Amino acid sequence: MLTFTIRRLILAIPTLLFISLVIFLLLELAPGDPMAQVPLTVPPEVKEKMRLALGLGEPGYIRFYKWLVQFFWVEPQVLFDHMFGTAFSEGKLRIISWQHRGPVMDVVVERLPQTLWVVGLSYIVGIMIALPIGIYSAYKQYSMFDQAGTFITMIGYSIPPFFTGPLVIVLFSVNLGWFPFIYDTTHEVVDWDSFVYQLRQMIMPVMVLALQTTAQISRYMRASMLDNLNQDYVRTARAKGLSEKVVVLVHVLRNSMIPVVTVIALGLPAIFGGAIITEQVFSVNGIGAQLIGAIQANDLPTVQTLTFMFAFLIVFFNLIADVLYGVLDPRIRYD
Amino acid sequence: MTDTTNTEPTTPPHSQWYDVWHQFKAHKGAMLGGIVFLIIVFGVFLGPLLWPYDATYIDIRSRNQGPSFAHPFGTDQLGRDLLARMMAGGQTSIAVGLTAMLLALSLGSFVGIVAGFFKKLDGPLMRLTDLFLALPILPLLLVMMMLFREPLSSAVGPERGIFILIVVAIGITSWMPTARIVRGDVLALKEREFVLAARSIGTSNKNMITRHILPNVLSPIMVSATLGIANAIITESALSFLGLGFPPDFPTWGRLLNDAVQYLQDYPERVFWPGLGISLTVLSVNYLGDGLRDALDPRIRGR
Repeated sequence: MLTFTIRRLILAIPTLLFISLVIFLLLELAPGDPMAQVPLTVPPEVKEKMRLALGLGEPGYIRFYKWLVQFFWVEPQVLFDHMFGTAFSEGKLRIISWQHRGPVMDVVVERLPQTLWVVGLSYIVGIMIALPIGIYSAYKQYSMFDQAGTFITMIGYSIPPFFTGPLVIVLFSVNLGWFPFIYDTTHEVVDWDSFVYQLRQMIMPVMVLALQTTAQISRYMRASMLDNLNQDYVRTARAKGLSEKVVVLVHVLRNSMIPVVTVIALGLPAIFGGAIITEQVFSVNGIGAQLIGAIQANDLPTVQTLTFMFAFLIVFFNLIADVLYGVLDPRIRYD
Repeated sequence: MTDTTNTEPTTPPHSQWYDVWHQFKAHKGAMLGGIVFLIIVFGVFLGPLLWPYDATYIDIRSRNQGPSFAHPFGTDQLGRDLLARMMAGGQTSIAVGLTAMLLALSLGSFVGIVAGFFKKLDGPLMRLTDLFLALPILPLLLVMMMLFREPLSSAVGPERGIFILIVVAIGITSWMPTARIVRGDVLALKEREFVLAARSIGTSNKNMITRHILPNVLSPIMVSATLGIANAIITESALSFLGLGFPPDFPTWGRLLNDAVQYLQDYPERVFWPGLGISLTVLSVNYLGDGLRDALDPRIRGR
């Protein structure tokens, strides 16, 4: 198992390098000029110096190498310095945004909590709803509950978040006035009232994202439970005289969770992608909104870094899912 | 000896596709989905011929109207009829969905068949598929839209340029599941006796693929086709919704939804129709795929 994990880790490196190269080459083709906003009165030789200051003077491969060094070597050092008060990154050049001329990572660190709160909470809520639904619909296959569950999950698949988002806004904000319309990111939780406000403003985005998660995971849970419910060991457990509750919730559930856990791990990066849209709908000021803002402002270093971070999440969670599958299921050993 | 007089078939002989259709008919959700999808397609493509208003006709005096007999869906902030815009938007959305699906499908089937059939290419092609699966699709699509919008628009005109861009972008980022499924099926097919028989009478690789392999992997391809349409329509709408799809005056369902969201506080009902259009199309196509999967699976068929 350990050798498999190590092999997968080593294989992830060329994958990540390839993805960062693809993103870099795509952005190389960008027609936008970062100097377009500079006034015309600035003489061309000064402009040329500004261009060099942005790191644009060198050929592509050197810039790619520099970006790699900045992302994988300098930025971790900055993080290390920040945590332990050391000075490894002193004087080293970080990835600088063209938009506000500050380090990209500082903005990411500012924005990340908003995204993590909304995305993380919605994923947990979605899983909490999905698992009981999946278990019960498999246990009562073809019952009314199961049919209704199938229909609702089909709807959850088909209705995109950019429709459910405005729909719940119309329903709960415009008509009923229960929840605030726009997510206030500057809001700070200091006492009970502000905590309730934070809760109220988070309900709608979490609900919308959780619907997608619920639809997907409850389907997997149901299918996996159905696979296990007819197995011999279940009959044995019943024959031993175990109670129905123990049979379903201990014996069957534990075995059916194996594929579901990996699906949960695999689905997390996709939720981050979906959060780009949800953040836009509810004006949550997270990294998705940062990416869209950077794309519209032609801020290539930010775009490159953020896109790569999304790719990193995907590769990382794929790896976790693979390893988890092997750890949880003794029948599957890769080596 | 057994009595051979009774072995005459009671039903007239029929083709495989008759069986498929028979099974498909029995799946109520799939039939309903198919009918709804056909109604939507005919509605958006034939509707504009019957409807008097043009999608781009601006009547500033009758702007921001609610539903009425003249305008069943109301009018927008420039007085354009929303029913006409819904139909025009549906044409684009469905056209994008179908073309992008065809592109993704042909790419995916090609990669899948080649990888499954030629052992030497299997490794590299599947690594390529894995790499593509690890790409962050939505951020990359957004980046592609940002980069190539201007050059393509100036080369072939704004609408056609964006259309080509969106179709190609969606096509080359969504072929991977098809490729994987097709490869798996081809690998299983290659071990079957009829392939061996065909090989023994000297069938060339080209004929082998077109005559024997391709017809047998048609069913997974058709199922991924329906899922591909749904996926492409949602992706296009998402791009338009984020403001990185078609130009503002060019209606698509995602664009109409985006426009409606900007007037959410004053005219919340406008959100409803474009969203319903997207959701209903995707839902019907998903049900269609569900039924198709059952109908094309010979193990389920006949039950």
